[in-house]
This record gives sequence, structure tokens and C-alpha cells, in this order.
Amino acid sequence: MTIVLDAPRIVITRPLMTLKNVSKSYGAVQAVRDASVEVFPGEVMGIVGESGSGKSTLLRMMNLEDTPDTGSYTLDLPDVQGNLFELDRFARRMLCATKIGIVYQNPHLGLLMNHSSSGNVAERLLVAGERRFLVLRDKAQIALEASEFPLERLDAPPIELSGGMQQRVQLAKAIALEPALLLLDEPTTGLDVSVQALVLDTLKRLQQDRQITMVIVSHDLGVIRTMADRVIVMRRGVVVESGLADQIFQDPQHPYTQQLVHAKL
Amino acid sequence: MTLVLDVQSLTKGFTMHHLNTQMAAFDDISFGLHAGEFLLLKGTNGAGKSTLLRTLYRSYLAQSGAVLFQSSHGVIDLIRAADVDITHLRRTEIGFVTQFLVARPRVSAQALVAEPLRQAGHSAEAALDEARRWLSAFGVKEELWRAYPTTFSGGEQQKVNLARALILPQKLLLLDEPTASLDVQARTALVARLAELKSQGTAMIGVFHHPDDVSHLIDRVIDLTPNASNPEDREDVAYECKTGAA
Repeated sequence: MTIVLDAPRIVITRPLMTLKNVSKSYGAVQAVRDASVEVFPGEVMGIVGESGSGKSTLLRMMNLEDTPDTGSYTLDLPDVQGNLFELDRFARRMLCATKIGIVYQNPHLGLLMNHSSSGNVAERLLVAGERRFLVLRDKAQIALEASEFPLERLDAPPIELSGGMQQRVQLAKAIALEPALLLLDEPTTGLDVSVQALVLDTLKRLQQDRQITMVIVSHDLGVIRTMADRVIVMRRGVVVESGLADQIFQDPQHPYTQQLVHAKL
Repeated sequence: MTLVLDVQSLTKGFTMHHLNTQMAAFDDISFGLHAGEFLLLKGTNGAGKSTLLRTLYRSYLAQSGAVLFQSSHGVIDLIRAADVDITHLRRTEIGFVTQFLVARPRVSAQALVAEPLRQAGHSAEAALDEARRWLSAFGVKEELWRAYPTTFSGGEQQKVNLARALILPQKLLLLDEPTASLDVQARTALVARLAELKSQGTAMIGVFHHPDDVSHLIDRVIDLTPNASNPEDREDVAYECKTGAA
């Protein structure tokens, strides 16, 4: 049974982010096949699926780290035009620094582990062209504070911090420039359950205070259930189902989604 | 009277792929609901009462039929409406009340209750004042207002949940056994609030274990028990509530 939903009629704002018909192969392996995703302003979109389903590949494309073989990517922002996959490296770097924030599962991917935490956040601002030392220091501090990072540890390098704190530094770096889109790739995987709850709570708080549009990838359905308004389910590179989070969890339609939801402890 | 909801030939069943079976929930249901009307769903266990509520709320996807809702943006079919529109309507015009609270770590009872008002654009201070008023009405002790409900007893959580669900008047309210296991004070407050909302024009559809609590509010009853005949007028309802097995 397929249900074809109408286009939005009440919410007349356009999607902030649109990925259209994106496909990507690595050699013989098709990582993503004809995936389309729309995310509306202020919304939290969850992407679930098992390892190798293509969910992280999709997220990396949203961060312009990876270019698909076919498909387009647009952001509905005043000074951003056209298919972002066609931008050159310099334009991509600038766009990512100013409009998109990302938090990786592995903090080594997002942070310089031996530089101070505040320095890591300030680096993001430097890329965007800020050169005044006091402004850098202030803005970094505000972002770290919003991420509920203990300010007495501003100068500690991430290598000396716990996993939960490292994620807060990543988060501060990601939100320092108030990005339009925040991407989260398994942000709490590998953390203790109690720390995980605190990090999720910080994210939820940020989302409510700042109305940040988020895309969160996780294989942990509990994380997605807590965070997401809408969910897409991926399997073997294909989006097999999408819907409101409560509908996906309470009345999953696709055999794979049913299996996934029933497997949750 | 304004028609708030026009349900046409609504059918819902579940496909259980791992068992390779279909399970029917309800079939070909039609009814209309006007502003200020209170509709009681009754039926045996498993007749599909809660399933119908969840299908109207779009937590469940219907297989066929239409649910035409008179929103402030015009008529919209809740079965086929885009997800973002449903999210918007849930925040502004359609409420769902259950007995279960979705508590969040580090969010106080009063903040949780105030949230729907905050989202509707009320100031933080006004929303908190109103939240405290409702916590007090439902009998939540003042010492608990600033505490985190994750650690509350089931009964206290339920009161917080009701305060939150009923703080913002909505056009359509779906009630899934909100009175189950409530103490007398909370139950009285709930019934008073429902009566108030009803008089302000909120249309309601409810499932109640003990409909006696709300018997004076009920305008109509739909019996979802297969092959049941549906009594439609007020006298029948009053009679059923007094003599019913509930």
C-alpha cells in the first residue's frame, strides 16, 4: 500500500533544503539511489537505517563533502543560488563555513584535538573572515555556553575532555556562525546513556531557542524518536519510507521499517 | 453550526509483513462533527476506538476514505495532507489527550505545561502564569511545579500531561481515556475544563472507560462494535450512560 500525500497547503514556506534525485556509486556499490529529501525551516528531520544504508553518505552530501553522480541540492537562502553540487571548492568551503554546521560521531573528524576548545570554535569564525581577537573570543564563548560547555575549561584541548564534552565543542563550533542548517551524524553514538541524554537535551533546547533546522542521522531509534519531527527510512541506498515521526514508529508501512521498529528494545 | 470534521468512509487495517497477514481495525466509518459537539466512541476492547482517534490524528495512516477538517486555512483532508501541514495543525488546531506524559529530562513541570502557549506566541511570563494556574487546578502540589516530572508518580505525571494538553483551546480535541486512574480532584478539574472548552466551540471525540464522568457533555455516541446499531440522539445517550455496564 502506498499513500500519496498532497503538497503542503497550509505551510506555504518553501523547504529550506531540497535534495532531488540524488544517486551515488562507489565503484560497483551503489551507496545512494535516487534519493529526494525536503526539509522545512525549523524542522528536525531524522534519517534512520542500518549500517551501510547510505544515510551517512546522504548527510556528507548535504555538507558538500561528497558529490553525487546525479542529482541537485538547493538551499532556500537569500544569497545562495543554484545547484550547490556545481560550486567550486572555494565556494563550497565558504558556504559550509557560514551556512551549514556539522557534528560528527567521531570528534577527530570535526576538531583539532590538541588545540584549545575555544580555539577550535574560533577557527570556524576565522574561516568566515573574523579577525578581531576579542570578537573571536566572545563569540566562541557564547557558542560554547549555548552548548552547555563548562566555561572554566575553555582552554582545555579536546584530547583532554570526555566524549560528551568533545561533542559539545563540536556543537559549539557548528553553531558559532548561526548556520541555517545543522547536520548531526550519530552525535550521541558511543556516549554513556546518561551523557547521551544530556547532549540530546542540549540539542533539543538549542532547537527550541534558536529554531535551527536540523538533519540528524542515527541508527538509534530512541534518539530519532526524541528529536525528529519527520523521519525518512533508508535501506540499501534507497528511501523506503518517510513520514511523521510518531507515524513511522507507531504505524510503519514498509516491511523493513516494521522490522526495524520491532527490533527496538 | 459549523461542521468541523467530516469523516467519509474511513477504513483502517494493519499489514503485518513478518506474519504476512492483514488485521482490520474498522471499516467504512462516516460521521460529521460540529463545533462544540462532544462525540463518545464506544465499543468492545479491540473494536478500534483508539485506532480511530490515532487515524484522525495521523499517527496511523488510513487505507481509504477522507477526513475533511475545517481548519482556519480552509478545508483540508487530514488523511492526505502533507506532513508539515499536519505538524502545523497539531500545534495550533488539533489536540490529542492521552493519559501518558512524554516527560523530557531537565524540563520542569511548569515549562512543559507552558510550552504549547510559548509555541503559540505567548510571552514566557504569561505562559508560565497560565501553566501554574492549570497545575494548581489539576491538583499538582506547588513544590512540584519547578521539579522535573520524569521522577513523578504516574498519577502526578498524568495531571501534568492533562494541564499541558488542555492549556491551549483548540478546534478539535481527541481524548483517549484521559480519566483513567485519575483522583477525584483532577477528574473534576478535567471535566470542568472540557465543559468550558466545549462551550467555547471545541469539537471533541473521546474514548472513556467510565463515560459517567462526562455523561452531561456527550451529544452523540458511535458504537464501533461490529454490527452495532448507533444511537444518535441525546436521550438515548443519557439513558445508556445511566444504565450502561460501564
